[in-house]
Amino acid sequence: MASKGGLHGHNIACRRGERLIFQGLDFSLEAGGALVLLGPNGSGKTSLLRVMAGLIVPAGGVLRRGDAVVADDPDSHQATLHYLDDRDAAKPALTVMENLAFAAALRGEVRQGVLRSALAQFGLADLAHDPTRILSSGQRRRLSLARLLVRPADLWLLDEPTIALDIETIQLVETLIARHRQRGGYVVVATHAQMRIGQAVPLYLDRYAPGEIALS
Amino acid sequence: MRLFWNIVKRDLRLSWRQGGGAVVGVAFFMIAVCLFPFGVGSQAAILAQIGPGIIWVCALLAALLSLEQLFQDDFQDGGLDLLLLADMSLERVVFAKCLANWLFSGVPILIVAPFLGIMLQMEMDALPGLVAALALGTPSLSLIGAVGAALTLGARRGGALLALLVLPLQIPVLVFGAGAVEAALNAQPMGVHLAVLTALLVGLAPLCLWASAAALRVAGE
Repeated sequence: MASKGGLHGHNIACRRGERLIFQGLDFSLEAGGALVLLGPNGSGKTSLLRVMAGLIVPAGGVLRRGDAVVADDPDSHQATLHYLDDRDAAKPALTVMENLAFAAALRGEVRQGVLRSALAQFGLADLAHDPTRILSSGQRRRLSLARLLVRPADLWLLDEPTIALDIETIQLVETLIARHRQRGGYVVVATHAQMRIGQAVPLYLDRYAPGEIALS
Repeated sequence: MRLFWNIVKRDLRLSWRQGGGAVVGVAFFMIAVCLFPFGVGSQAAILAQIGPGIIWVCALLAALLSLEQLFQDDFQDGGLDLLLLADMSLERVVFAKCLANWLFSGVPILIVAPFLGIMLQMEMDALPGLVAALALGTPSLSLIGAVGAALTLGARRGGALLALLVLPLQIPVLVFGAGAVEAALNAQPMGVHLAVLTALLVGLAPLCLWASAAALRVAGE
């Protein structure tokens, strides 16, 4: 896994429909680092994550991956990140294994053994061949998280990763994040839950709301 | 290339498991065609004359049934994000989904069409022409429909909107498709019609894939 890089935003602004959600936002995330997005509902945590993933074109500002400007080459940026939001993107009619295999295949070839061990880590090994329809919401969340393990990617963008998870699985997610950072990966997490992420840099999004800027 | 077939396979599997997608479309097609003899009477001369038009209009409507679902589930459950982030251009992803859509909505229509043609008193000699015209025309229906399906994502009553948007655009396919069958029935050469259908397909494919992908990127924001 490449340890150079990092994700840097300069003067980022984001517009949803007519509304400007945040502007003048700067952040810097080095390899091995963690950024925790904080702020009340609607302050733009999900929007910022989607900007970081290249799914939303920012209304202003520059996003850099290492030295490269993301807008110049979005494909190689997107090929080395994992983006997980609060929706699970799992089809109820497919089996657990089929869903994970398809999500993995979209990011390149993956061996069956890797898929099985990812499911096993999240306690889904016994359910691998059951339809995803029967999973609880916590189990579906685990299936989404298993995507992080099937393919290495430097950058993890996690939107509310702990929703519906039990305490043990939350601890597992924390451990995985710590291990990922030790290997030179870096994460951005948006969460309302108390997650233990060592030396995380908080980013308070409400400070970048358009009104606040005018005051300061 | 492997990923391309992965998407095709997944879509076929999904449509099969979710209420047998293919069966519903082709059953609708058969029932809709069968209604006409009840409505206009069973005189052989009338049926043979309007037969090509009936089969083509019903094929258009049957194709519409399956199109609403083309991107809907992926849009709602976040699967669209995965497709947007995939290691493959979105245009090729859309191509794979259109191919799957045609395999489960278009191909069954090709298979049952000759039997419906016989029911509508068409000459046996004209049936190969009917299948050829449908084989060249129905892929275009899936491609045009994909643009409409991508544009109407997130719209309320998207299905009705899709019909309003897509059906007028499919008129050229209808005109030349029905024209080809007409020519076959009258023992005239149908080469021109088939050539136009082929040209439509070849011309529409890149245009529709590009337009659908653009609409999906906007929907994904």
